Amino acid sequence: MNWTWFHKLASPPHAYRIAAQLLPWFAWPAGALIVAGLYGGLVLAPADYQQGDAFRIVYVHAPGAWLSMLVYATMAVAAAVGLIWRIKLAHAVAAASAPVGASFTVLALATGAIWGKPMWGTWWVWDARLTSELILLFLYAGVMALRASIDDRDRADRAAAVLAIVGVVNLPIIHYSVYWWNTLHQPATLTKIGKPSMAGDMLWPLLLMLLGFTLFYGAILLIRLRAEILKRERDATWLTTELAR
Amino acid sequence: MQPHNFSGLSVSGIEFWRGDRRVLADVSLEVEATECLHVLGANGTGKTTLLRVITGLLSPEHGRVAWGGRNTRSDQDGWRASFSYLGHSDGLKPELSTRENLAFETGLRRRLRNGEIDAALEQVGLAVAGDLSAGILSAGQRRRLAMARVMLAAAPLWILDEPYTNLDPSGSTMVAGVIGRHLDAGGAAIVAAHQALAIPGHTPRRLELS
Amino acid sequence: MERTGIARAACLAYRRDLLLAFRHWGQVAQPLVFFVIVATLFPLALGPQLAELREIAGGTLWVAALLASLLGVELLFRADHADGTLEQLLLSGQPLAILVLAKGFAHWTICGLPLVLLAPLVGAGLGTPPAANCTLMLSLALGTGILSALGAIGSALTLGLRRGSLLLGLLVLPLAMPSLIFGARAIDLAIHGDSARGPLLLLSAMLVLSVTLAPTAVAAALRISAE
Repeated sequence: MNWTWFHKLASPPHAYRIAAQLLPWFAWPAGALIVAGLYGGLVLAPADYQQGDAFRIVYVHAPGAWLSMLVYATMAVAAAVGLIWRIKLAHAVAAASAPVGASFTVLALATGAIWGKPMWGTWWVWDARLTSELILLFLYAGVMALRASIDDRDRADRAAAVLAIVGVVNLPIIHYSVYWWNTLHQPATLTKIGKPSMAGDMLWPLLLMLLGFTLFYGAILLIRLRAEILKRERDATWLTTELAR
Repeated sequence: MQPHNFSGLSVSGIEFWRGDRRVLADVSLEVEATECLHVLGANGTGKTTLLRVITGLLSPEHGRVAWGGRNTRSDQDGWRASFSYLGHSDGLKPELSTRENLAFETGLRRRLRNGEIDAALEQVGLAVAGDLSAGILSAGQRRRLAMARVMLAAAPLWILDEPYTNLDPSGSTMVAGVIGRHLDAGGAAIVAAHQALAIPGHTPRRLELS
Repeated sequence: MERTGIARAACLAYRRDLLLAFRHWGQVAQPLVFFVIVATLFPLALGPQLAELREIAGGTLWVAALLASLLGVELLFRADHADGTLEQLLLSGQPLAILVLAKGFAHWTICGLPLVLLAPLVGAGLGTPPAANCTLMLSLALGTGILSALGAIGSALTLGLRRGSLLLGLLVLPLAMPSLIFGARAIDLAIHGDSARGPLLLLSAMLVLSVTLAPTAVAAALRISAE
């Protein structure tokens, strides 16, 4: 199999250009899907018989939670690629993704709290989903803090990569532990913050939002990746010629 | 001292970057048995970096380190058993005695026979300090003890980074003599040092970094 | 010249760390004292009623053990990194993961085991009945083992960093949360006279997983930090 396309992709000049070319293909569809999803969810979908209009926040909360985990998985895969095959661009992808994933996690937590107020009367409940999102936020914070504390960029990349991989191995364990802990300490009526039972009318806007958010992550990643490349290749000659164009 | 089984070190095309700075650019060298390579250069030219790349503690962007014709990456542990490294820090535990330090460090690599530790301490001039804890030794004495550690490892290749640091003239002579005997027995050495090595009976080849 | 076998090298590493701890036992006792102090904070904060303290005894003991372990994990690599012996371990020609395993086990013997032995005493202060002591010690024994493994990863990643100790907590505590959930639950079950088999088995599984996978991660992190 001819791997030259892969190695070409892994070289910063090519990645920089290809990222610029790919960006519109992610940004425009993302915008369209999110607008359509929001319209479908906020306007078209019928109100939930149990929760009324409050459930509509699921259209932001669920994609946010889904993305927070997808981004962590992406970060871990990029970290592994960077460690095993020593491709610096993979580390740049991981570095660019971490704050984005953390932001999605904060979004999921904030929308979860906003949802909780009308449902439970309090701004926070130790719901299984919210608790494991909180722990995920701690994992993100750890990776970002570790990368920021090490001055030597290569060492920082690799240390953060090891931590990301250790975190991703732990994620399923944390998930199931928190879920078990939650069923243990709460009465039988499980909170529906994570998964309201959905009719078809309510479901398609959610899927649109999910897809829209994913493409949105792709777009943001491409933008941030270009910025990372600029930061890392500051003194490289290819960059001065590229910017002069 | 037992004769050494030396397989030949070949280093080619080493390129090493630290952040945005290229520290080593296309460095190559070869060392054969009974040879000593003296690595020279002003501060900051990458002597320590080069030695650490050879030991495998650092990974170069490009280049190859081969021992006995085989890339050291393919058998890192085997390669590490073939050399003994003296870096900037002495690699000694201050809470352990001189003898205990040597026993542990050497014991990790090979079985010691009776009297070997004492013989080594004798050679480096620390015969009376055998039971003193390493923490109360002076800097020069600790350097001598580190040299004893290198000797006791009984490895064919010695990689020494500034072995004369903190040593008085008699210490420097001692180290030069020890290296000389190692070369006589069929070993080899790479030494990074500012000053001349003055090894009795051997003229080191020179590699100047800039 | 015969090369030392892996088993013998591991034993040597284990014995050296034990000897070092023995010579510096003042330093080694600090995490233990910290354990007792943290556990004492809870009665002071929440009131002296043993009946109330008994309800939170499992969690309290575990949180105190967690924090004390964080303190103790500093002993694992920091000194070796500072005096250059870590470098020599990396260059010894022995598989690093095995040496790490030996050092980790030594660390548990020095920090974890005394904590486990002291726990029933501290637990009595929090109202745990003697019948629960067996489960209490087993839960903490498994837990401190897991914490030694996770702490080793954190310690190896933060070697030589300024304020590395703070960062260490941030890295290790989230990873330790699952074991906290099951470990505290086990003690609570035992206090109420129920069988704690389920959580203890899960804790054992987590210990096996940590001990199997952590040495590789620690070895990778050590090589990264030693550059």
